[in-house]
Amino acid sequence: MSNASLDAIAAKSGQPFPGAPNNWQRFFSFSTDHKVIGIQYIVTAFVFFLIGGLLAMVMRGELITPEADLVDRTVYNALFTMHGTIMLFMWTFPVLNGLANYLVPLQIGARDMAFPRLNAAAFWLVPVFGTLLMVSFFIPGGPSQSGWWAYPPVSLQNPTGNLINGQVLWLIAVALSGVSSIMGAVNFVTTIFRMRAPGMGWFRMPAFCWTVLSAQMIQLFGLPALTAGAVMLLLDLTAGTSFFDPAKGGDPVLYQHFFWFYSHPAVYVIILPVFGFFSEIFPVYARKPLFGYKFVVVSSVVITVLSAMVWVHHMFASGTPSWMRMLFMFSTMLISVPTGVKVFAWVATVWGGKLRLDTPMLFALGGLVCFLFAGITGVMLGAVPFDIHVNNTYFVVGHFHYVIYGAAVMGVYAAIYHWFPKMTGHMYYEGLGKLHFVLTFIGVNLNFFPMHPLGLMGMPRRVASYDPEFAYWNVIASLGGFLLGVSTLPFILNMISSWILGKRAPANPWNAIGLEWMIPSPPPVENFEEIPIVVSAPYGYGSDEPLVANNPAGELINEHS
Amino acid sequence: MTTPTTSREPRSLSFRTVAQLIALAIADAAVSLWVGRQAYLWMPPQASAEALLVDDLFGFLTTIGSFIFIGVSAALLYSVLFQRADKYDTSDGPPVEGNLLVEILWTTIPLGLVIWIATYSYQIYDQMAILGPMEHMNHVPSLGLMPAAEAATLPAVPEKTPIEVHARQWAWEFYYPDQNITSTELHLPVNERARLVLTSEDVLHGFYVPAFRVKQDIIPGSSIDFGFTPIREGRYRLRDSDYSGTYFAANQGTVVVESAEAYQQWLADAAARPLTEASNRAFREFTKASDRPISPGWKTVEPASPPRVNFASAEEDSYE
Repeated sequence: MSNASLDAIAAKSGQPFPGAPNNWQRFFSFSTDHKVIGIQYIVTAFVFFLIGGLLAMVMRGELITPEADLVDRTVYNALFTMHGTIMLFMWTFPVLNGLANYLVPLQIGARDMAFPRLNAAAFWLVPVFGTLLMVSFFIPGGPSQSGWWAYPPVSLQNPTGNLINGQVLWLIAVALSGVSSIMGAVNFVTTIFRMRAPGMGWFRMPAFCWTVLSAQMIQLFGLPALTAGAVMLLLDLTAGTSFFDPAKGGDPVLYQHFFWFYSHPAVYVIILPVFGFFSEIFPVYARKPLFGYKFVVVSSVVITVLSAMVWVHHMFASGTPSWMRMLFMFSTMLISVPTGVKVFAWVATVWGGKLRLDTPMLFALGGLVCFLFAGITGVMLGAVPFDIHVNNTYFVVGHFHYVIYGAAVMGVYAAIYHWFPKMTGHMYYEGLGKLHFVLTFIGVNLNFFPMHPLGLMGMPRRVASYDPEFAYWNVIASLGGFLLGVSTLPFILNMISSWILGKRAPANPWNAIGLEWMIPSPPPVENFEEIPIVVSAPYGYGSDEPLVANNPAGELINEHS
Repeated sequence: MTTPTTSREPRSLSFRTVAQLIALAIADAAVSLWVGRQAYLWMPPQASAEALLVDDLFGFLTTIGSFIFIGVSAALLYSVLFQRADKYDTSDGPPVEGNLLVEILWTTIPLGLVIWIATYSYQIYDQMAILGPMEHMNHVPSLGLMPAAEAATLPAVPEKTPIEVHARQWAWEFYYPDQNITSTELHLPVNERARLVLTSEDVLHGFYVPAFRVKQDIIPGSSIDFGFTPIREGRYRLRDSDYSGTYFAANQGTVVVESAEAYQQWLADAAARPLTEASNRAFREFTKASDRPISPGWKTVEPASPPRVNFASAEEDSYE
């Protein structure tokens, strides 16, 4: 395709500003193209991933010895608060929104999201509240030091006495993040409901789109609760109200309900799209259809429904009545059933296939093993008597990081390698990718496995110093943490150099089945020359059934093949 | 779900395959049982009646968890090692889309497993009967090891005056109302149900003794009734388990479990002592200038003055 014809397509596109750039500068513009916005989200998220990771490495440096001897205690408390906040609100949500933004319209055969300008506005809030969070490092008193849960009354203590303090900036940033995510959720749900290509019934939709739909539904019911809690806390902190301040008759446990009503389901907002990546990637690299496709997609919806009933398991030790402990113990464990359905389906998909161990497959397999481990410790945490022992200890930190780094970050890596040729039009370097996988997999297990014995022994989370009996496992965890830091280097090198110098990617380098693989890499503006007409279910590996009745790339495909 | 027939797909399991699967399951179960037994070694000493119960539950969960983890990851590993496509083989694998029977089985078996685990956890919880938070203010469960129904038929245990536990930023202080003693070390008689009332002066704290496997958040503005039964003499660590601000990590204490005689002796000794200032790590660190390499001098909530108590434990004393 010549540059002239690309420019002609760009001129027809829905850009709000005629003549918006069609080169690298478009990534710095208010573009309404879902693919540009997707990449904007992903790159922004990675910048914050590196910042959050550096904070974590300082923490692991502090914890390599029992004494609090590297950083001041206030600094340590700010480090874990900001690490958690950045990694959740500035890394996982944005990077997953970015991938969903890029992939959903392509996978359902749409030309863009339902509300392109809303989409761009939702993205541009991310750098705004990200900057707000970063600014708090430079104000008197420093950033919030109350943990990413911001439990009152600690979060209501304001030793500087200033109205503008780290906690206030934190609350405003979190509220803005909620607004951005709600804007995104409305857009995703509408897009998936209204803009599927002709013939794409619900059970012809790729599993990834099902998981995005399920995850974004959680955002719609959960985020208002979190945002309400944040606003009430902000009022307590600045305007002298007393929703949560026990000194004035408020109830600090009420905040915990508001907070966890969203923040536990938020874990599923993160992990569901990752399940989607697994469901997309295993069939391609095992050359088999997704085993039990309908069970797999329906289980996502079941997880969404059950996720509304688990929040109290974070509060088993918070003075929660026994009946509530038992009820939420059961509902928490119940989630392992639909989750287990997925895990077994992936294993059955891989089993008996013709496996190709390219980097995306390696990351997906590694992520699945980590998730399996995390799922098992998750059921343990659901059991109230055991949870009472390890609640708020490093056991929980270990479990959580196996979910978030082991499964989610590895799943994101798998997705980025898998769709990198589609996004950039270039192939990545396989050797660097495999090196990246090996370092990551070893790093994850060295870093996060030791946290489980530490928690069983009784080491509380969020401590800057600890008793000497915990030193052994902490040293191993710290070495793993530094290794994880190192593991990002081949990734960054790979992404930058392959984007510039990598081999040109064909439309379908993996020989995969899916609408996004039928159009050129990278896809043109507005994606499809002709809207595809879907005539069969996804993942038809091994069968000769066509996916579509027409050629969605129109005439363009001929120039590429 | 349509499953196109291909010659590569076996239609039914042969006797040989079933026998192999059963043998593998038995091997997996044997290893898992062994791992489940090791689980007891990963825990701190079993210093309370509750610890015995929790460790049994953890051993059970570890056994089941190991069985699943080993089974699933072994299947994946086998695929990765032996089911790779040849270098130039671009053909597809068998187009198996699903199998209704298998899918129903792997939905109902985990469901049954979850019900089993939840029921067992509930029984353990019921036997512990320790964690009567606020709605159980006057509920004094009897011997921790006894099922609730059985315990209910026994004569009520004589009412004991609870020991008051005061948490603050950042010190633990224990008050024995009958003897009018304050201490920074919690002394408890062995094999006798401890009764505590937990209060906080400022923020959330958590009462956590890993060797007892018990934990309870302390919520400012509430008095929380709490109980457990220490069964092993020794010195144990008390930790603040709920993040409480700057000196959270330093907010630790010691619990001493001793024989009834030694306990009475200690009460008598402590009552005879005058009030002295306890050493307090948070206060000490706060008053001495910071000498960390990275210290921006951010303001912090000031620690309360060290508590004045009849009995002050040395913070550096050993514990198990």
